[in-house]
Parts: sequence; C-alpha cells; structure tokens
Amino acid sequence: MSTIVADDHDLHVDHSHDGPVKGWRRWVYATNHKDIGTMYLIFSLAMFFSGGLMALIIRTELFTPGLQFIDPAFFNQMTTMHALIMVFGAVMPAFVGLANWMIPLMIGAPDMALPRMNNWSFWILPVAFSILGSTLLMPGGAPASGWTMYPPLVLQTGDAFPFLIFSIHLMGLSSIMGAINVIVTIINMRAPDMTLLKMPMFVWTWLITAYLLLAVMPVLAGAVTMLLTDQFFGTSFFLAAGGGDPVMFQHIFWFFGHPEVYIMILPAFGVVSEIIPTFARKPLFGHDSMVYAASSIAFLSFIVWAHHMFTVGMPLTGQMFFMFATMLIAVPTGVKVFNWTATMWKGSMTFETPMLFSLGFLFLFTIGGFSGLMLAIVPADIQYHDSYFVVAHFHYVLVPGSIFGLMAAVYYWLPKWTGHYYNERQGQIHFWLSTIFVNMTFFPMHFLGLAGMPRRIPDYSTQFSDFNSVASIGAIGFGLSQLLFVYIVYQCAQKKGPKATTAVWDNPQGLEWTVPSPAPYHTFDTPPRITSSTAFS
Amino acid sequence: MIRKIYMGVFALLGAANANADWTLNMPKGVTELSAETYEIHMVVFWWCVGIAVVVFGAMIYSIFAHRKSKGAVASNFSHSITAEIIWTVIPVVILLIMAVPSAELLIKLEDTRDPDLTVVVTGYQWKWHYRYQGEDVAFYSSLARASVAARRRGSGIDPETVENYLLEVDKPLVVPKGAKVRILLTSNDVVHSWWVPELAIKKDAVPGFINETWFSADVVGVYRGQCAELSGMDHGYMPIVVEVLEEDVYNEWLDRQKGSPNVAADGDVR
Amino acid sequence: MFLFGVFALPPLYDVFCEVTGLGGKTNSVAMTNVDDVIDESRELKLEFVTTVNQYAPWEFRAAEDGMKIHPGQLYEATFLARNTSNSHKIAQAVPSVSPSSAAKYLKKLECFCFTAQEFTAGEEKEMAVRFLIDSDLPEYIDTITLSYTLFDATNFAAPVTVSQDSRR
Repeated sequence: MSTIVADDHDLHVDHSHDGPVKGWRRWVYATNHKDIGTMYLIFSLAMFFSGGLMALIIRTELFTPGLQFIDPAFFNQMTTMHALIMVFGAVMPAFVGLANWMIPLMIGAPDMALPRMNNWSFWILPVAFSILGSTLLMPGGAPASGWTMYPPLVLQTGDAFPFLIFSIHLMGLSSIMGAINVIVTIINMRAPDMTLLKMPMFVWTWLITAYLLLAVMPVLAGAVTMLLTDQFFGTSFFLAAGGGDPVMFQHIFWFFGHPEVYIMILPAFGVVSEIIPTFARKPLFGHDSMVYAASSIAFLSFIVWAHHMFTVGMPLTGQMFFMFATMLIAVPTGVKVFNWTATMWKGSMTFETPMLFSLGFLFLFTIGGFSGLMLAIVPADIQYHDSYFVVAHFHYVLVPGSIFGLMAAVYYWLPKWTGHYYNERQGQIHFWLSTIFVNMTFFPMHFLGLAGMPRRIPDYSTQFSDFNSVASIGAIGFGLSQLLFVYIVYQCAQKKGPKATTAVWDNPQGLEWTVPSPAPYHTFDTPPRITSSTAFS
Repeated sequence: MIRKIYMGVFALLGAANANADWTLNMPKGVTELSAETYEIHMVVFWWCVGIAVVVFGAMIYSIFAHRKSKGAVASNFSHSITAEIIWTVIPVVILLIMAVPSAELLIKLEDTRDPDLTVVVTGYQWKWHYRYQGEDVAFYSSLARASVAARRRGSGIDPETVENYLLEVDKPLVVPKGAKVRILLTSNDVVHSWWVPELAIKKDAVPGFINETWFSADVVGVYRGQCAELSGMDHGYMPIVVEVLEEDVYNEWLDRQKGSPNVAADGDVR
Repeated sequence: MFLFGVFALPPLYDVFCEVTGLGGKTNSVAMTNVDDVIDESRELKLEFVTTVNQYAPWEFRAAEDGMKIHPGQLYEATFLARNTSNSHKIAQAVPSVSPSSAAKYLKKLECFCFTAQEFTAGEEKEMAVRFLIDSDLPEYIDTITLSYTLFDATNFAAPVTVSQDSRR
C-alpha cells in the first residue's frame, strides 16, 4: 500500500561527517531540527507540569467552600499564570516542537529552512518564562488579572506588570520566528513532485496555523504595548479619563484571541488526520475538503472575535453578525468530524495508544464543539458567559482536544524518534486514566456554570460544593496520570522497549516512515522521490 | 415588621428554590425572557444531543464493527462528493433553524424602551451601588456580615452553617413585581459584570461608559447572582441580591428609604 | 503588523465606533453646522447619569434628573460639581450615551467635557452642555441616557491635549 519510496542510498548509509556535537554545545548551539524539536517538546512538558501544578493548587482550594489554603489574591495569580503558561508555554511550543521534528521528515527536507533562527526561537522561550515565573516573587505578586489582561484591572498589577508585558513580547517573538520558519520550509523545501495538495494533513494544518500566528501575534504585542504606554508613558488608549476605551482592548485582544484558539487546535486536527488513517488502514477521507475546511475555519476565526464579549454592550447588529459568523464555524468543523468518521468507516481498525488518544480526541473535542455552538447563541451566551460553563467548554477543546492530540502525536512518532516502542500496555492505561479523569474534572463544570457559578472565584456558595469536589478529585487524578506519561516516555527514550521497525506501524503512509528508526541525525540530504502521484490525495 | 416577615419567607423560598433547581441545569427564571432563554438553551442542547447520537453512533458502530480483530478488511474509498455535500448542507439547515428564534429573542432582550423604573448600577471594587433614577434613593450593597466573617482563611466558621454563604448582601436591590426595570450600568474602577441567573441578564459595567439592560420579574421572591467579570482580589465577594416585592409593599419600602441616612443624592456615601 | 497594531488599530477602532456608535461614544469637539429641522411631533426622554470615578473628591450631579426634548431643537443642561478636597484639582468629564446606537445623533455644540475643568479647593461649579438630538434619530429610540463620569485628571500631564489627541 505504501506508495512512497525514498532514495535508498540516502537512507541507509551512515553519515560519518556529521554526528551531533558532544556536550552542552549540542543543545545551546543547536541548529538541527531534531535537536530543537526535542528541546521544544521537553520544555513544553516542563511547562505542562508547572501549569498543571498551578491548576492543582486552584482545584485544591476549590475542593470545599471556604478558604483553606490560599488567599484570593494568590488564587487570581494562579488562574492567570496557569492560563499563560499552558497556552504560551505548553500547548504552543509543543506543537512547534512537533513541527520541527516532523515537517522536514514529512516533506522530505533535510532540515528547517532557517536553522539559526530556529535556535533563537527556542532559546527565547526559557528566558520569557523565567521572567514570567519570577513575577511570583515580586512585590505585589504575579499578574492576577486573568490571562485576558483586561484594563483597567491589569493596570493594578504590582511590580510584575512590565515583566508580564516583556515576557509576552518575547513569547510572541518566538512564535513569529517559529511561524516564519515553518512557512519558509513548507513553501520552499518540499520534495519534488509534492504539490501543495499532496502534502500530509499535519503539514497543511501547520501551514495554516503559521499564517494565523503571523497575523495575530503582532496584534497581541501591539495590545500589550499599548497597556505598557498607558501605564508608564501617559497615553490613554484604554483609559476613559483620557478619551480612551477599555473595551477597545477587549476587541483587540480577542482579535488575537480567537485565531489563537485555532492556533492551538489546528495542528491537533493535523495529528489526528495522520493517525486515524494509519490505524484504520484506509486513506484519509476527503483530503482536499479537509484542507478547505481547515482554511475556512482559519478565515472565519478572524471575524468572530466579539463572541467572547457579548455582554460588553454591543449594538444589536453587531451581536447578530458575530452570532451568525460563529455558528458558521460549526460547518467546516462538522465536515472535519464527519470526514474522520468516514475514514474509520469500513476500515480495519486496531487500537494502539495513538489511535486511542485520537478517538478520545474525536469524541471529547466534539463535545467541546457542541458547547461551543451553544455559546454562539447570544441569548443563551448571556447566561453562560464568564461562568463555569465556559471553563468547561474551553477545557474540553484544549485538554482532550489539543493535549490529547499532542499525546497521540508523541505515542505515534515516539518509536520513530527513539528507535524503540513504548510500553503499549502502560500507554493504554495512561489513555484510560486520562480519559476518565479529564471527564471527571471538566464535565461537572457544565452543571456548575449553568447553575450560576462564575469563573475565577476562589470560594463559592455551598450549593456548588458537590460538583466542585468531584472536579477537584478528577483534576488530581489527571495530574497524577501524567506522571505515568513521563515514565513511559522516559523508558522509551532509554531504549527499554522492543526495537522499532522502519515503518513502525502497519504500513503507514508518509515519508517519515521511510527513514530508519531512530531517525538518523541527518535525513533527506538528497530529496526523496515520490513515485505515485496519488500519495496523499 | 411586615417587611421582616416577608424577607424571611422569601429567603426561605429562595433557598429552597435554589436547592431544587440550581443543580444541573440553567434556571428557568422568573421573567418572560428568562423562560425564553431557557427554551432556546434547551432547544440547542437537544439538537446537539441529536447530532451527537447520530455522529457518535456512527463512530461507535464503526469502532465495534470495523476492527481488524474481527477480520474486517479495509476498503479503499477516500472520496464521496455526495456525502460531503450532504454533511455540509444539513448542518447549515440546522443552524438556520437555531438562528431564527435566537435572533428574535435577542431583539427582545435589547428592547429597553418604556421602563417603569430605572436603576443606575455602579460597580465598585468590591461592592455594588444602586441609585433609583428620579427617586432620591441610593445605597451600597455589600457582602453580608455573616459571610464576611466566614470567608476569611482560618475563620473557623463552617460555610455550611452560614445561610446563603457568599450570596447574601446587607441591602438588596428592591424592585416591584411585574415592573419593567431598566438597569443602567457603569463602574467606578475596573470592569465588573452584573449577573442574576434567574433574571437572565448579565451586562458589563465599564468605567466611563454606560450600558443598559432590562428585566421584568413576574414572581415575588429573592434572586441571587454574582459579579461575572474578574475585578480583582475580592471579585468573588460582591454578590447581587434582587428582591422582588408586590407593588404596594415596594412603595412602602421606597417611602421608608427616602428618610434613611444611608441615602445621598449624589451617591457619594462610603 | 506590530506597527499596524499600535498605530492603526486605535484610530480604526474610533472610526468603527463613530460609524456604529459602538461603546456609546459621542463627539468630543464642538459641532458647528447643525441646522436641523425641529420635529415638534416627537418627544424623547433624555436622562442624565453622573458618576465619579475612583472616589475622586467631587460631588457631581445633574441639575435635573432628565428632560423631555424634541429632536432637532437646541437645549442646554446644567451639571453641578463641587471639589470636596482642600486642594486645587483638575477634572475631566467623559460622556457616554445609551443606547449606543443613539450616540451619533447626539450633537454637542458646547460641553464641559471638551476640556478639563479646574477647581480650586472647595470650589463649586455649574457646568453646561449645549446639544441637540439629530432629527434623523431612528424611530425605535424613545429614551436616551447621557452619562458623565468625572475623572481626577490632576496628575495627567496635559489633560486637554491627551483627550483631544487620541479622539481626534
């Protein structure tokens, strides 16, 4: 079934001239896409655990009514830092790491197009997050205005304020450089005969994501810079006293924020679109319509931002427009879900860990999609807005959406990276624990929100106790289950499992499965040939 | 005295109500529009359930029937224009079905004309201020003492023993039953949001700007809500309590307020 | 894109708001050519709301809670403010209109909100706004709320220029 052959001599001859440099220089001066990809993935895993620890502090405090462990001010710092770290430190860098590792392998390129910029874009991140993390120790504490940073509240931040802004500038810089690299690599370095529409879905979704990043990260940078000048240089972009408008910040922020949501989910769509065909042993259904659907989602994401702010006081026509535009997103998203279902239909499925995570993604992301549709309906959204229903919604699309996509990707490509299989049984246990606990954590939040519990509160009325306790237990369970993930990956990296074959799975499609396992330090020094024109479409 | 009895009864009713309805689903509420909001919420919810049954049903069937361990052999189809057109058009139709009633309700929600009573609500860090437009009645509404005592870390008071913990204020907003109450919102400092689920209204209070919304409660009672936009440290401690009274009882209440020392014309009482 | 964000978005947003009346913003410099037809057949209710921001040291209220007006006719309303502190203070009043769709029909010929207002210690001032409601005001609007929030601008370097600059 494999329709791709690569140049034999390129793959099986050892490259004597270019092993990795030994010691710390290999990492600090890294220009190899695989090394940088690995660093991105390890960094994001570390951030995932830091942000997760904060989530557990939040959930522990919310276990019962009354304040037991922390004060409201620190609680707000935790919600803010949890979100910033998870969004900018865990999910986004993890996908950039996957892009670094896999895009050159999937399009038959020897490396990323701009390796030194690649080095920069990674090494900025630890600096940015050290700055952000250090705010916890500053007078006035870490930022506590929510990751949305709405003025005037954010201007009440203590000494941390300029550090918050600067760290966001750095994160934005890193994302933009990463995005440029991805675009240049995909546009210029594809193997001959790999036309755009023959690219694998993961590459496609990343190409779209990279354009989204280029379009909106500067907008975020602009918005936070305006906050900075409002605070220190006497401007009043967002201060009513000087003729500004605090609501303008919300508009600009969400003009960034909504595409950002798709930045975090589109690559996961790509991952799932790679994995389901492999384990259904059947080509992806409607490859081209998947591309068009992802592009329409990306386009629509620019014209729906104000659905995050239906209660802010908009003219009726504005509310109508944003309601209809938002509902429209359900159409291309539906197409994707139906296409994945059709891919499984009449396949010959097996259920290894990557497939399990992909199926978990499919079911649970769709639940998040349903609550998203409900949130689009303005009259109902007026009730849902800023309640735990919203918290449930975006955690359903981010945790069993983006994070499950990432987990699936790691299990799927780990044998290619390390040359060894992970422990399949442990992987499946990790999946089931994660799935059970993620639902236990976030499903009750729908009920809490509908019953009237606002988000971002450190303490709540006694009628909300039961579901909060359930959610807290689920969160702790989910957190502990992820330690198993670290153990599995570590064991695999220590080459404890059986040796992986070149194809790894049962006849998967794609150029990455034509290089040996583990993938050599340098691959595709000469471009591979694609023999069948129907490879991916 | 009568007022106290009323208050007690309403508080009990409110609490019972809260425990009965506020568990799983959105409250139906006590205004015409809250009931309509609830309807739309349920209609969309059931559409989602319906779609979920079909889509998840197909997935689950496929997972069980088309597995390799059962000897399933993969077919090789990867396109079907017909299928793709069908599953693009059907969602569009369903969305249109949802959109029409939503838009109609939205228009009603925005119709603040001809109010019987206008109240200016100002958000403060961290309490609310109410001023009855044209009535020379104005007061602050803050978290009730019992909750203030219990909320501190290490207070030693079990929140379960505090009635309406965190959802009780010292002085509620009082409005007459059946009256169209227009709420004008602004803020003293940061953005707040005024939310009472059973009245189905939530609107932001933005410093320097004015927003409006309205409700008309059909049932006498006490309705509780909270600030819904993060407004700093004690954001979780600025509840909203709206007490709906029969019109004559309300008028008595209003007359009493006009002599009260807590009242200032310009609302500048700390 | 970044420069676009910083320099182009605020003015674009202002244009956007001006066209749609989003956020209930009104004109911030005096209107001049306002010959309008007076529509005697239509009577609107105009309400005033006053707020003092951040406990600034002023008592601030409208002389009247509201007034009945005809579209197209010129009116004047008075607001009273008293500096309750014993130091020299500068106040900036910020107007806002609800419903926001009415904002662009409220035309101010003169307003105490156009410039910052200086108050000596304990000074009480009457401040005026002269305005008319454009007779093109959509039929469905029957009540307009005009809100003024008084900000303490004493520490703003140049309150007048700031307020004019960013709002054109």
